[in-house]
Amino acid sequence: MRDVAIVGVGLMKWGELWEKSIRDLCVEAALSCFEDAGNDKIDSIVVGTMASGLLTGQEHMANMVPDYLGKKHVPAMRVESACCSGSQAVRTAFMEVASGMSDCVLALGVEKMTDVSGNDATYALATASDQEFEAFHGVTFPGLYAMMARKHMEQYGTTREQLAEVSSKNHRNGSLNPHAQYPFPMTREQVMNSTLVADPLRLMDCSPITDGAAAVLLVPATDAKKYKKHGMVVISGVGHATDTIALCQRKDMLKMEAVTLAAKAALKMAGKTIKDVNFAEVHDCFTIAEIMIMEALGIVKPGQGGPATLKGLTALEGKFPVNPSGGLKSKGHPVGATGVAQICEAVYQLRGEAGKRQVKNAKVGLTQNMGGTGGTSVVHILEAK
Amino acid sequence: MSIPRHWREIPRRYRLEAGKCKKCKVINFPSRLVCPECGGKTFETVKLSGKGKLDTFTIIRVAPEGFGDEVPYAVGIIDLKDGVRLMAQITDCDPTTLKTGDKLVAKFRKVQEDGKNGIIKYGYKFVPDVGV
Repeated sequence: MRDVAIVGVGLMKWGELWEKSIRDLCVEAALSCFEDAGNDKIDSIVVGTMASGLLTGQEHMANMVPDYLGKKHVPAMRVESACCSGSQAVRTAFMEVASGMSDCVLALGVEKMTDVSGNDATYALATASDQEFEAFHGVTFPGLYAMMARKHMEQYGTTREQLAEVSSKNHRNGSLNPHAQYPFPMTREQVMNSTLVADPLRLMDCSPITDGAAAVLLVPATDAKKYKKHGMVVISGVGHATDTIALCQRKDMLKMEAVTLAAKAALKMAGKTIKDVNFAEVHDCFTIAEIMIMEALGIVKPGQGGPATLKGLTALEGKFPVNPSGGLKSKGHPVGATGVAQICEAVYQLRGEAGKRQVKNAKVGLTQNMGGTGGTSVVHILEAK
Repeated sequence: MSIPRHWREIPRRYRLEAGKCKKCKVINFPSRLVCPECGGKTFETVKLSGKGKLDTFTIIRVAPEGFGDEVPYAVGIIDLKDGVRLMAQITDCDPTTLKTGDKLVAKFRKVQEDGKNGIIKYGYKFVPDVGV
């Protein structure tokens, strides 16, 4: 396998982008990525989107993207793993470059979520759960994570205040991110006084509905030396694992085994341990998710995610910054784009281009993206070279 | 939802039928073609007791389409005596009084309907087990 480097990243300001279509989002992110790399000659494209069909009526994004990007005839494919679709696109592009099949691959993630009503968006998202044995009974995604939150609180003593600090910390970081959908601070009190959605989770525990796209450009590390605009960043580890699709089928629902296994594989490939990692971008679709992911990654012991967050371990200036971008909560969560945007943030951090939210001495970064209730997870390790 | 899509789940939704692996004896609900525990491929159909304890739950305040009239309603994970865990609504009680560990029993109830003219989908819900 060849070593693979990221030579371009492309993002835009995310939000409720009424004036932009799904094709506009894809092209804008890709062009921004080409500009960042100083190259637009690509061999192949991988598109990650969870539900373009349900959300916009448009499937066959693997045809739409090259066509509207002015890359007619370039091969393209679409990958899907619910909210993990973005990092699946990066992983697939990585395999294409590492294997020698292609020399320059664009991985693009997108979701256009505001072309349907809130009800229809909720329906589309719920298709990531077990349709016949979870969604059938009227449970929503906040509901599924709420069940994990209740169990975590009862088993480990995790508090409402600790959950609220995840949201508050991510909003603090997001307020420093020009791409974020909600770039403003949020106090713990504001989180704890927000509307109940599914007990014990409240509105400000939940990531929002977002339109957005993100893109990265991958080449063999040997070619990366030609790209002189930025410091070099390589993908040194990739891990991917699955678990049961239904939450109730897991023997211990508080252990996110897919996350643990994906991280183990990625760290092993990179020849690192979690102690070598300087920061992480993780999938905080709900506040409880970030706490459970910290535990699953081994940043803290099981049950310690809440107290560690409240003590500032994961703050921007803490010992192990988590979600310097603002995470899904503040930056937004256009589901198919999220995994790619996590990689973009890790690249900004490793290049030292993250501005006011720059993590000090960022040399090794970890990104963790997941689908459903953690039934799929992909972890990437990125390093500054 | 198409009629066959609901119809084919009737053994599970109406009668709580599960698949007991002939090799490792683990009961799978829903039944599967491959046992996740041992890889076995032969099963005996068994009916679940429908009795168990509440493992965790939530109260849905913002409902998906079709459930809006029911809020607030409880959905939880129930540990059945048969060693099976499943997710269902918990009804016939004030959801705010529920506690994990509560004894529950399955009942046959209407779960949802396809608008005004579509089929009515019945299935299991759980209620507090008061021994009657």
